[in-house]
Amino acid sequence: MAISWFPVEAGHIFQFARAIGDPNPVYRDQDAAAAGPTGGIIAPPTFVEAGQHFDPDFLYRPEPGRAWFGSAAEPSGTPPPVAAGQTALHAETHLRFHRNLRPGDVLHTRETQGDSWTKTGRRGGLLTFHEVRREYLDAEDQVVVEMRVVSVTTEHVVDAE
Amino acid sequence: MTPAPRPDALAPGSEHAAVVVENLSRAQIVQYAGVSGDCSPQHVDEEYARRVGGYPTVFAHGMLTMAAAGRLVTDLVGDGKTVTFGMRFLRQVWPGDSLTARARVEEPDSECPAEFTRLTLTVVNQHGQPVASGYATALVDGLVGEAPRP
Repeated sequence: MAISWFPVEAGHIFQFARAIGDPNPVYRDQDAAAAGPTGGIIAPPTFVEAGQHFDPDFLYRPEPGRAWFGSAAEPSGTPPPVAAGQTALHAETHLRFHRNLRPGDVLHTRETQGDSWTKTGRRGGLLTFHEVRREYLDAEDQVVVEMRVVSVTTEHVVDAE
Repeated sequence: MTPAPRPDALAPGSEHAAVVVENLSRAQIVQYAGVSGDCSPQHVDEEYARRVGGYPTVFAHGMLTMAAAGRLVTDLVGDGKTVTFGMRFLRQVWPGDSLTARARVEEPDSECPAEFTRLTLTVVNQHGQPVASGYATALVDGLVGEAPRP
């Protein structure tokens, strides 16, 4: 996954804050945010996740001309994509912030594949872990957010206990 | 400049909790899918989740749980101060679940000196089962990456 253009916009931040259930005015009210310690709207800490919209290769959304593995009237039968770092379940996310994201920022990413390892889990059988490190950089090519994501492929479906 | 005193609420050893998701609706999962861009069928497609995925129903994105926990973090430490934030996802979050985020303020250590607040985090569901655990660190004073504002 590589993102070359991820514009950080106030409307997107507003909708993100609404979806995560956070009523903090610093994410949605420009006057209140301007009067507070941040001096304006900032993005919530996990907002960079929404950069997936700007990844042309992101496989977890329907795209015209591409077989979708989810269902329409019925499940399609199309096998799910298995891309490096985008496997069955999300195990960990670690974020490090170098500054706050604000509307007007335009980000791009730099990504490196990390380690892979296996272990035997109590509920999922053989677990295969894979780590991806991604940096979000601003228009001056300064790192704004570092992200490390660990995903896991399970041998068995892990369901409710 | 003298650093601002640490607010009493963030005294090491203090513990905090907030209900961050109440009776999780399928609509909120869809809202998060839409805004994050992650439309994985296991999160938004009941037919797929049950018949292909083998799950009892759809389940929430891990990052929705993390974002909800982030609300407790930023409500505690203040806006624009978070330096690190990490979570490990332990158990799926299902429609109808309610999540409580808990934070404990830890003593400063060599990696996280006194000008930072260090939190350990857990998120539990309505059965008391942990669904995620993690940490956050935040500046006591000022905004991350910025000179102090007058």
